[in-house]
Amino acid sequence: MDYFLVSFFLIQYVRSSLQTATSLPEWDRKLLIGRYISIALLATYYITDSPDWYSWLWHIFMVVVLFILYTKEEFRSLKSVTQSVIPFVVVSILNDVVELAAPKFHDKYHDWLDIAVAFAFILCFVIWFYARKQQNILLKEREDRMREEAASKAQKESLEYLVTERTMELTAQKEQLQKTIDELKSTQNQLIQSEKMASLGELTAGIAHEIQNPLNFVNNFSEVSVELCQELEEEVDKTSISDDDKDYIKGIIADLSQNQQKITHHGKRADSIVKGMLQHSRTSSGEKEPVEINALADEYMRLAYHGLRAKDKEFNAALVTDFDPNIGKVLVMPQDLGRVFLNLFTNAFYAVAEKKRMLTEAGKLDDYRPEVKISTKMFAGKLYIRVTDNGTGMPDHVKAKIFQPFFTTKPTGQGTGLGLSMSYDIITNAHNGMLDVETVPGEKTEFKITIPIG
Amino acid sequence: MKILVVDDEEDVKSLFEQKFRKEIRSAQFEFSFAFSGEQALAFLAEHPSEVVMILSDINMPGMSGIELLKTIRKDFPAAPPQVMMITAYGDSNNHDQAMQLGADDFLTKPVNFVELKEKLLKSL
Repeated sequence: MDYFLVSFFLIQYVRSSLQTATSLPEWDRKLLIGRYISIALLATYYITDSPDWYSWLWHIFMVVVLFILYTKEEFRSLKSVTQSVIPFVVVSILNDVVELAAPKFHDKYHDWLDIAVAFAFILCFVIWFYARKQQNILLKEREDRMREEAASKAQKESLEYLVTERTMELTAQKEQLQKTIDELKSTQNQLIQSEKMASLGELTAGIAHEIQNPLNFVNNFSEVSVELCQELEEEVDKTSISDDDKDYIKGIIADLSQNQQKITHHGKRADSIVKGMLQHSRTSSGEKEPVEINALADEYMRLAYHGLRAKDKEFNAALVTDFDPNIGKVLVMPQDLGRVFLNLFTNAFYAVAEKKRMLTEAGKLDDYRPEVKISTKMFAGKLYIRVTDNGTGMPDHVKAKIFQPFFTTKPTGQGTGLGLSMSYDIITNAHNGMLDVETVPGEKTEFKITIPIG
Repeated sequence: MKILVVDDEEDVKSLFEQKFRKEIRSAQFEFSFAFSGEQALAFLAEHPSEVVMILSDINMPGMSGIELLKTIRKDFPAAPPQVMMITAYGDSNNHDQAMQLGADDFLTKPVNFVELKEKLLKSL
């Protein structure tokens, strides 16, 4: 009976602790056979009415089982358990051997031997129990370690996540800095550009001053020459030369006079341009004066037009004016308002020139007629001025930014991006007015100035 | 009427002579010319109390029109000549300064001769 318990539990222990059903299926089968053998042995023991020799079959079976468990590589981890069974088997065999070899001795010490067997039997279960406990501790430790590993793995993952996040943040920051640097660079370029423009403005004023003196002489001398021609004509009449000769001389004098008048005319033209240059470069007095608005608008329209014509001989645009004759003089800052006009007209002419250029490149010029229009209107205590062009127009994202300082759509060197922001400032702050824009991309742009008067 | 014209541009002389041809011929005006402030002062010293009217440019190398005006008002207080200053277009600084120093009138470049003639005839 005790043999059955030992072998049955040993085999069961081996199977459960090594999980032979899954890891060692071949051995599992053999172990199952071993179990059936032990059951069969037990059964036969009771069926055959427990003969004395029968225990020897158990001895052989146990030795074979132990031998296999002890020697095979697969069961190495269970050596301690196997070892714990050995004393019991040895003591049992000894008991039987002594019974056979020295029956008297056996009879005499029968109780002691049985006790020894019983001890060995208990010992092997105690050792099992102990081993099992040990193994549980080990298992628990392993589980702890696994848990720790899982925890550290999770920590590592979260660290990695943090690192990735930081890296992304840093990259974003770097990109932003790069963007800022680019913006700074372009601002610097624009500042250099506007500085250039400012010095160019001074230079222009200087040149205009220098040109004005010789130009005055041209105008004055040509004027006086016209007077001289008239006098000469009168003097010719007083002489006694023949009428034919007089007519001939008078004809020459008339031609001369006409030439002088042409010189005066063109000289005056140059003079008005020089005056425009001087007026533009003059610093604003900051004081309002009564100004003929229509005349001011017309003057600056022509100034802007000729300015562009001077750069681009090909350029041409129809100048349309629609002035309200009832406006008369209005209190404004003439230099500042002139600057606004100049900016609006320059932009308008630029827009139509661009559209013409683009259409020419696309070969679809057809019947495009560049046109820039100025209209003025006085109504209910307000002065309305509109500058309209049928040029390129603007998309919304450009329209949103045009009054920002340094914003320009013109190629580098052609615009400072200050014109409209300055104009906006002049209209809204200096004149308490409004500057609005309406535009249809590819079709037209209209700037609307509204200034309260009185 | 004796008029002294002060300007560093020498062509001013022939221009005035032609513009006022009739008046000069009829001895209404008598023009003298100086091409710098210094020359003008020298001329005034040589011909004391003769010159009735001085027309002076402001922007001149050496002595400027403003300094000339200052000196005239200081050195010739007896029988003071009328002084008409010629200022450049839009030069309000010089205009104000000359006004303070006692200029009698102003002309703006380019000189409008019709206007000048009227002014001169009025002061006869």
